[in-house]
Amino acid sequence: MNTTTFRTDQEFFIDPQRCIGCHACEMACAECETNGQQPMIHVDYVDRYLTPQTSVQVCMHCEDPTCAKVCPADAITKDEFGVVHSANHARCIACSNCVQACPFGVPRKITPMDLMMKCNLCYDRTSVGKRPMCATVCPSGALYYGTREKMRELRPNSTPVNQFRFGQQVVKTKVNIMMPKGATELVVDAQ
Amino acid sequence: MFSTLNIRAALIAGTATLLLVAAILVGSRNLNNFDAALVAYLFGCIFACFAVVYRYCVWLQRPPTWKYFVRGWELLFSRHFVPYVLELVKHLFTQFIGQKFIRNRGTARGVGHMLMAGGCTLAFAVTFPLVFGWVNFQLKPGGIDTYEVYNFGFKVMEFPLHSWVAEALFNALNWSAILVIAGVMIMMRRRLTHAGQIAIQTFEGDWLPLLLLLAISLTGLGISLDYKFMEGKAHQFMAITHAITVILFLIWLPFGKFYHIIQRPAQFGIALYRKAGEAGPQAICPHTKLVYDTKLHVDDVKDVAAEIGFNYARKDGTSHLDYSPQGKRALLAKAHLKARQDSGAFFG
Ligand code: SF4
Ligand code: SF4
Repeated sequence: MNTTTFRTDQEFFIDPQRCIGCHACEMACAECETNGQQPMIHVDYVDRYLTPQTSVQVCMHCEDPTCAKVCPADAITKDEFGVVHSANHARCIACSNCVQACPFGVPRKITPMDLMMKCNLCYDRTSVGKRPMCATVCPSGALYYGTREKMRELRPNSTPVNQFRFGQQVVKTKVNIMMPKGATELVVDAQ
Repeated sequence: MFSTLNIRAALIAGTATLLLVAAILVGSRNLNNFDAALVAYLFGCIFACFAVVYRYCVWLQRPPTWKYFVRGWELLFSRHFVPYVLELVKHLFTQFIGQKFIRNRGTARGVGHMLMAGGCTLAFAVTFPLVFGWVNFQLKPGGIDTYEVYNFGFKVMEFPLHSWVAEALFNALNWSAILVIAGVMIMMRRRLTHAGQIAIQTFEGDWLPLLLLLAISLTGLGISLDYKFMEGKAHQFMAITHAITVILFLIWLPFGKFYHIIQRPAQFGIALYRKAGEAGPQAICPHTKLVYDTKLHVDDVKDVAAEIGFNYARKDGTSHLDYSPQGKRALLAKAHLKARQDSGAFFG
């Protein structure tokens, strides 16, 4: 990609448990120029009948992205920093394979545009050394973008984990999830 | 290099190229109607034919692409083909010719793309038949003011030299150049001013195609302007630079951004596939209990994911991919909560 001031010492740390559902990140995400003022972040009620708990989900920028592998049009690419980019506008044929195959439920199909869009780590910002919009506004620390050392200082009882298990599949990601100290992976569905 | 050669694709591409050469020989009546001045263009086209078909075949061999390719043709050749043919026609007018989906991405962008696509289509429609010798113009014997048009060696029409038909035919490439230049200007402006585009664009991926189109159009237009206003003084320069830029376009067609011209019709297949899916059973998310996609698509994605080496199967025989995107996000949030709960503290 174009710019080379991407800061490789900074990482994304998410802690969905801390999400208070304020939607500030969603508003901030809509400011991102690369997604044409459409918010790409997901803020959901986890189980509305049982709890008011909300959860936040950004693209995890997988090391071996399922979305890119199932794309029939080669529209999704990963760059040298590990950022998995939103669909190439000229190529995407809006088949929704990525929407359905992403284990984190991240990509969205924008039907009128015949295009998939997703979080691309605010590439307009991160490529010039800034933090993603969502991480600059999250008031509860559910989204944090910075150095590993700083995170360790802020969350001494948590460990950043970037390995997930979905059934038989192990997925490694660029983005970390904050887990109880000592954890090595998050098992999403083991049964 | 040969260790990575895809034999099947090479064979198909070789056959397609031979067919093209045969069609050129037949269509130009053994090159009798072939214009020798266009020989460099001809070799560019033949190379592009091989490379485009080769790349297309390699691309089709990818499991997700193959799945849609087969599904699309199956629907068109099924017993219930009528609604699919109608869908195809509708799609052809609204999305392919009308390019509604690009206008929905932005008005200026839609107009810019339409101008470029219109100009290029017109230019292709004129250039390829001329280069292949399939169409040629001859003065009607016995006079100097009537032209005859021959198609595959057969006379199809004649027109007077000073008529609107002559104007339209002989200036078609000039008009196409003007359309392309206007479109390129709109797109360049966007690439210079839109912060999001500036962040993700690349020179070879986004600027080079625009510059190449501009160079082709300017030199093409230059040939006519030079002829009209400069008595052909710059003809050699214009003709050579035009040939170089067009041949670069043809050689680059299979590799760069222009490949989307070839790839894009796959969108038709998706439209048919969606229609077929809507007519069949729908997938209901075990978490949200709502319909979120067609069952056909969910099952196909599961197959394709398995084929390329992902195994999202759970022990109970279901799959993580049976959940809707929202369901998947909820599963992750619940698993995270449980991990925190098990550790004895919700935060840390
Ligand atoms: S989280 Fe989903 S969208 Fe993001 S890279 Fe991974 S598979 Fe692709
Ligand atoms: S929706 Fe677009 S990006 Fe996603 S898999 Fe289909 S073609 Fe690829």
